Amino acid sequence: MSTISEVIFYVLTFLAVYVQVFFFVTFFENNKKIQNRKGSTKLKKYKGVTIIVPAFNEEATLCKTVRSILNLNYQKDKIKIILVNDGSKDNTLKMMNRFAKYPNIRVFNKENGGKHTALNLGLENLETEYVGCLDADSIADPDSLNRIMNVFENDPTIMAVTPSIVVTEPKNLLQHAQRAEYFMMVFIKKMFGFMGGIHVTPGPLTIFNRKVFDNLGHYKEAHKTEDMEIAFRMQKNNYPIEQCNDAYVYTNTPPTVKKLFKQRLRWTYGGINIMLDYKDMLFKKKYGNFSYFTIPTSVISVFSIVFFVLKIIYDFGKFVADQVLQIKTVGFSMSYTLPKIDLFFVDTGTFLFLSILIYIFVIASIMIGYKMVTGRYRITKEFFYYFIFFVTISPFWLSKALYNTLTSRAPDWR
Amino acid sequence: MENNKIDWKKYVIVFFITSLLFILAWYLSNYFSEKKLSQIKTIQNDIALDILSSETQFSLLSELSCKNITAESSLSKELNEMGQKLEWGEDNIDDSSELLYLRRYYSLLQIKDYLLLKNISERCGNKYAFILYFYTDVDNCTECKRQGIVLSSLREKFPSLRVYSFDYSTNLSAIKSMLQIYKVEDTKLPALVLDDELLTGFRSIEELETKIEKSFALKDESKSKE
Repeated sequence: MSTISEVIFYVLTFLAVYVQVFFFVTFFENNKKIQNRKGSTKLKKYKGVTIIVPAFNEEATLCKTVRSILNLNYQKDKIKIILVNDGSKDNTLKMMNRFAKYPNIRVFNKENGGKHTALNLGLENLETEYVGCLDADSIADPDSLNRIMNVFENDPTIMAVTPSIVVTEPKNLLQHAQRAEYFMMVFIKKMFGFMGGIHVTPGPLTIFNRKVFDNLGHYKEAHKTEDMEIAFRMQKNNYPIEQCNDAYVYTNTPPTVKKLFKQRLRWTYGGINIMLDYKDMLFKKKYGNFSYFTIPTSVISVFSIVFFVLKIIYDFGKFVADQVLQIKTVGFSMSYTLPKIDLFFVDTGTFLFLSILIYIFVIASIMIGYKMVTGRYRITKEFFYYFIFFVTISPFWLSKALYNTLTSRAPDWR
Repeated sequence: MENNKIDWKKYVIVFFITSLLFILAWYLSNYFSEKKLSQIKTIQNDIALDILSSETQFSLLSELSCKNITAESSLSKELNEMGQKLEWGEDNIDDSSELLYLRRYYSLLQIKDYLLLKNISERCGNKYAFILYFYTDVDNCTECKRQGIVLSSLREKFPSLRVYSFDYSTNLSAIKSMLQIYKVEDTKLPALVLDDELLTGFRSIEELETKIEKSFALKDESKSKE
């Protein structure tokens, strides 16, 4: 490696380790505050909550989603449901109309305009103090809303609470890999929550105090990641966001690499562009850890992955060039003998130990996330699926998202 | 909840912990590099001992028969192993002064092995062909890289071919003497010496194969004359 790339390499590795250490120091500082409640959570007062379900071609899962809201342990007359059909071409509207008989459910039908427009239609018809969204491919745990509202009850200054999103019924290795990744995200989100640095309020059952929308305005298109933009807007206006790790929402995940790629490309593209839109928030004391930790962490992860992808491409290119030179010089030979295994030739450079360290941190993050959801520590084979799939595929959507950003091409919504 | 409170002390503590982890990784890396260097040194000592033993045997040749000289085949393997490990070390281990010293010692051992085997070969009529190969790492010598591939391939094809490779820029009087003897110039690298003939520039596998086979044939001829 040349000196410049060596310096970049060590700086990025240092920053990557720094981020991981920061998460774990935060964890040890706040470990005792992490709750894992069993059974039903009671509230002193049940405040009115509206849950908006925006749907575009969701006939397969919509019914389960709405039923899960109806089955919430929350006081029934305090929940209002707004179903918004965003110009679906399947039977979504028909299925929604079946629920219209419930007194607390209202159905709206509109032309397709994107998720943010469906959510905004719901917000325009809001009658309660609290409001949230539940994506039509997700199912809320019966006690999730009680636990989320308990956070608002304990600290009325909180303006939004996000739940733990858990992958439901994984059927193939890719979905199992995503399940492990979601466990890790539960841990990371909780740590961001402790430092006041949550950067996304996801579609599955994040509950907001309506002041957020009354004072800061409704959802924006925001590169098709409206849930991230609203979180950035809240952070900019010092509206605290919390995470409730024992409020579970079960979500479906893409079953194929192609679908996963498309989903992640949208998220990553949106993330990069929102960071660019809010770049003035970087390193400003008034925005707290969000400014000094959350945004830089995202930037570091983008640059690290891009750098390592380029390094892998360079190393692979060098290997291919060597092989071509060999064939060009002495011809192709089938009589390759298997190399003798000699531990001497294992590269025991500093990077090996730093990589092992980062892997340990990632495994520990998934384990803690797993514990936050299930109540026990465990290493499952899903952890290894995560490494196999995400280490190999994620650089591609990241590179593509960067490429799209540079060439200003937004990915399709679906 | 105070959303915008920054705990600077934590940022500093995390910085120190990260630095400590880096130092630990660096220490572990150094520890294993030291182990590897000492492994090369052990091989080097073994080779030195084997050469000394063979030289002693050779001195006693008048009293011994040629079949008693047995060291050369294992010596070749050891030299080869040391060469590979040195090359890998030069690419992956940072301790350049130690490696430079080992590289010089390795070059010396190669010369000693070459002289000894040449003597044994002449005295006992063993069928060996010898190639002295001079290369350079300076200026990204692609031709040297290609020549190295050719020689590795030839070594696999002819087990009795002994290839001794020398970095032109190695600061060692014995190498400088060889460069003078064979009139090797730095502008004409890679250079090969086969049966005292100097071949400069890249030489293809076909050309060298012919020359090596000729060299073996000459030795056959001289052996049958004896």
